[in-house]
Amino acid sequence: MRRAPVDAERQQLHSTTSLGLASARNRERVLEETCIPIQSDGDIVGARQNGRGLAVQLGFSPSDLTLIATAISELARNILLYAKRGKIILKLVEQGETRGIIVTAHDKGPGIPDISRALEAGFSTSRSLGLGLPGVRRLMDEFEIVSDVGLGTIVTVKKWAK
Amino acid sequence: MEVPILKQGPYLIASIQSALSDNDMVRLRDALVEQVGRFRSRGVIVDVTALDVMDSFATRTLRDLGRMIRLRGADTVIVGIQPEVAYTMVQLGLTLEDIATALDLEEGLALLERKTTAPGNETSSRGR
Ligand SMILES: Nc1ncnc2c1ncn2[C@@H]1O[C@H](COP(=O)(O)OP(=O)(O)OP(=O)(O)O)[C@@H](O)[C@H]1O
Ligand SMILES: [Mg+2]
Repeated sequence: MRRAPVDAERQQLHSTTSLGLASARNRERVLEETCIPIQSDGDIVGARQNGRGLAVQLGFSPSDLTLIATAISELARNILLYAKRGKIILKLVEQGETRGIIVTAHDKGPGIPDISRALEAGFSTSRSLGLGLPGVRRLMDEFEIVSDVGLGTIVTVKKWAK
Repeated sequence: MEVPILKQGPYLIASIQSALSDNDMVRLRDALVEQVGRFRSRGVIVDVTALDVMDSFATRTLRDLGRMIRLRGADTVIVGIQPEVAYTMVQLGLTLEDIATALDLEEGLALLERKTTAPGNETSSRGR
């Protein structure tokens, strides 16, 4: 398993999402969850509209709603472009006093051989802008990527309602 | 989702009505590039007021659209980028680079008017 350089919190996020278990220290109560299959370009629009619809319930600002919708759009497009199909899982969660949205992009595509390069602004294997992943990382509060060549990619991002 | 393209004098106005898929966006680009020739238009306005997301694909496609139309000899102005969308584009590092923008349709038309009748423009296009 390759992963991006992560801090303790992100490590924990990884174990939380990949095992589907809440660790003792980082208890996230799931309030609502939706899974959106991504296999056509219409699904990208559907996923980001769905995400906006969920996030609005948590009282995010209009700017944050746009950031979240845009991040979902970038992740969904990467699935379609590089893995052909996959899914976006949207979760509204509560952790103590704070609520937030967790977006997980999941595919069983080719995987990313060099994650740190993929996270560099301007790096693209499809002659695109190479701004998707680094941009999503900047837009969201937490970002984690796990990828295994030949097995697939899981990108998990979170945004907390302030 | 088909984007209506309106012919107004020497200009074409494309008003995006709702969220567009990537394919819709590419179809809009190709339709405008084609119609600029068919109607011998001097300028194109793309109104993106209704777009709640401008991600890397949308931005790149609009940029390509503007450049393709310039190669056909006309000008493009993108109008109506919403404040939250502008904020997100800046955060993502996305720019329309050399493609002109204006606040709304009215400002866009005024800008096209200036661009297509500017003395400098006359000189370069007619050689005087
Ligand atoms: N789900 C994925 N599976 C396999 N490779 C991926 C995946 N997502 C991203 N990549 C790889 O990481 C690179 C960088 O992705 P990123 O989204 O930042 O840029 P891009 O898709 O190339 O361009 P942009 O998103 O700006 O249009 C991609 O070019 C691709 O090689
Ligand atoms: Mg991308």
